[in-house]
Amino acid sequence: MKNVALHHELHMTLSLETQDLTIRFGGHVAVNGVSCRFRPGELTAIVGPNGAGKTTYFNLISGQLRASAGSILLDGQDITRLSVPLRTRAGLGRAFQLTNLFPNLSVEENVRLAIQSASGVHYDMLRPWMTRRDLIARADAILDSVALGGRRDVAATALSHGDQRKLEVALMMALEPKVFMFDEPTAGMSVDEVPVVLDLIARLKQDSSKIILLVEHKMDVVRSLADRIIVLHNGRLVADGNPAEVIASPIVQEAYLGIAPGKRTA
Amino acid sequence: MMILSGDPPRSRVLSILLVIIIAALAVTPLVFPGAKAMNVATKICIFAALVASYDLLLGYTGSVSFAHTMFYGIGSYAIAIALYSMGPSWAAVATGLAIGLPLAALLALGIGLFSLRVEAIFFAMITLAVASAFLVLASQLSWLTGGEDGRSFQLPELLRPGTVLISKDLFGFAVNGRTLTYYIVLVAAAAMILGLLRVVNSPFGRVLQAIRENRFRAEALGYRTVFHLTYANCLAALVAASAGALNALWLRYAGPDTSLSFSIMLDILLMVVIGGMGTMYGAIIGAAIFILAQNYLQTLMSVASNAAADAGLPLLPGLLHPDRWLLWLGLLFIASVYFFPTGIVGRLRAGARRPLR
Repeated sequence: MKNVALHHELHMTLSLETQDLTIRFGGHVAVNGVSCRFRPGELTAIVGPNGAGKTTYFNLISGQLRASAGSILLDGQDITRLSVPLRTRAGLGRAFQLTNLFPNLSVEENVRLAIQSASGVHYDMLRPWMTRRDLIARADAILDSVALGGRRDVAATALSHGDQRKLEVALMMALEPKVFMFDEPTAGMSVDEVPVVLDLIARLKQDSSKIILLVEHKMDVVRSLADRIIVLHNGRLVADGNPAEVIASPIVQEAYLGIAPGKRTA
Repeated sequence: MMILSGDPPRSRVLSILLVIIIAALAVTPLVFPGAKAMNVATKICIFAALVASYDLLLGYTGSVSFAHTMFYGIGSYAIAIALYSMGPSWAAVATGLAIGLPLAALLALGIGLFSLRVEAIFFAMITLAVASAFLVLASQLSWLTGGEDGRSFQLPELLRPGTVLISKDLFGFAVNGRTLTYYIVLVAAAAMILGLLRVVNSPFGRVLQAIRENRFRAEALGYRTVFHLTYANCLAALVAASAGALNALWLRYAGPDTSLSFSIMLDILLMVVIGGMGTMYGAIIGAAIFILAQNYLQTLMSVASNAAADAGLPLLPGLLHPDRWLLWLGLLFIASVYFFPTGIVGRLRAGARRPLR
């Protein structure tokens, strides 16, 4: 991965695609035949009203849920049947909507565990973890990049909600994935904390070899970051295009983004 | 510090307690050569290792197993059956280990791969079922195991009490085969505990803790947690079987009551909880306190009861009568769990206000 030619090749072939992706819960079809192709260097925002199937769609891609029908291709390889850990190893990174950390482990250890996994250190049981200074140093660097450097020895559960969200994002960054999946990364954050996460995402966008997916309610965030917007409604993909077009389309204006009177102005 | 894998006791009181226990265990044959003291000291060594291996499962991965005595029993019976049928030779000891340890590991592997994929409660139920089946099997296959009577056997020449290795006139105390057996048990138990301490502080061991904290997230980070849990289960089984082998060597006997019964399982659970789960050091403290109480509380109470009677106090002589020792043991445990929910080690460490890592 270190040599330029290989990196270039990865860049050329990286793609993520869902084909007729469907999941049924009993009679309810939560995601219904969604076909979409995501390209490197592009940040795609996935929007839609509550219950539209956005997080379910994410869960299907990252493997927490198994598709009832359809398939998911990463770099042309069918990953529809792969388990969650194998998808992560294949290059999918996910930051969760509800913060999902190791509550009683230190902040640094949370990140170090992600780095350890990405470095392929899974079953080494013969040497103490603290002799792996390289892993610790990288964890600290990532914590500094999300402004959590000063909190590294605190238990994750002792962090403020905003800091926990930042740690959640730091865990995904530590995996160095090919595909970044942000599920409402700024939810519940105070106004002054939001820019740290947005800057982080903006910095990621500069690396044109990555695919970034973002589920977000806040339209100002979507507007400032997205290169492309797809709209889900009742599990179906109902709009797909560049932000200006999608936001301007009447159907999105009225029904899904709540600009019309009486709807929430998220 | 590297012998402790960078995970020192982190509490002065705990360090002092550990030093006292280990020093007492090291000098027991010289200072208290009586049979009872030697038996108690050996049991502490063996159970410290056994409880530490159970802590690897319960404290570090959060999985509840009821099959730990089964692995302990496999180690015991393997040694007993080998020495019983092959005669008292080192080859028989080696054969017992060569059969018992892999058998325990394979069984743990099977149970793990079969049941650790799903909910933790399923693993608990499966281990309970397999352990019950094994207990029945051990008492039914009497041609092999001696049934309820178990198997008594002779030790190799070198380990017998009659074998004098260093006579009394040399240092002032005698070193015989029994003393040698004791030190084999002590060193093996110490090696196993240090080995487990290394495992829980390795990158692998930290993943186990991550799984205990949030298995869902550990999977999302790319860890195939079923393998981590299964390997931990195998390691715990190997140590338990080794402890069982030591137990058989010490007792020169293996039977359902000494190596397989569920009351041993309960003792292990109590020791790990009293000592402090997820600490490893808790196993040493828990085993020492529990076994000392089990063996000496009665004596202590009879002394106290007599003293109270002599002083003419009402009620107390009856309450402290040695026959009530189980009541007091029970109260002692309830109190310790109530006042130290994180175990003795957890309590001592919280008092020392440690940094998190």
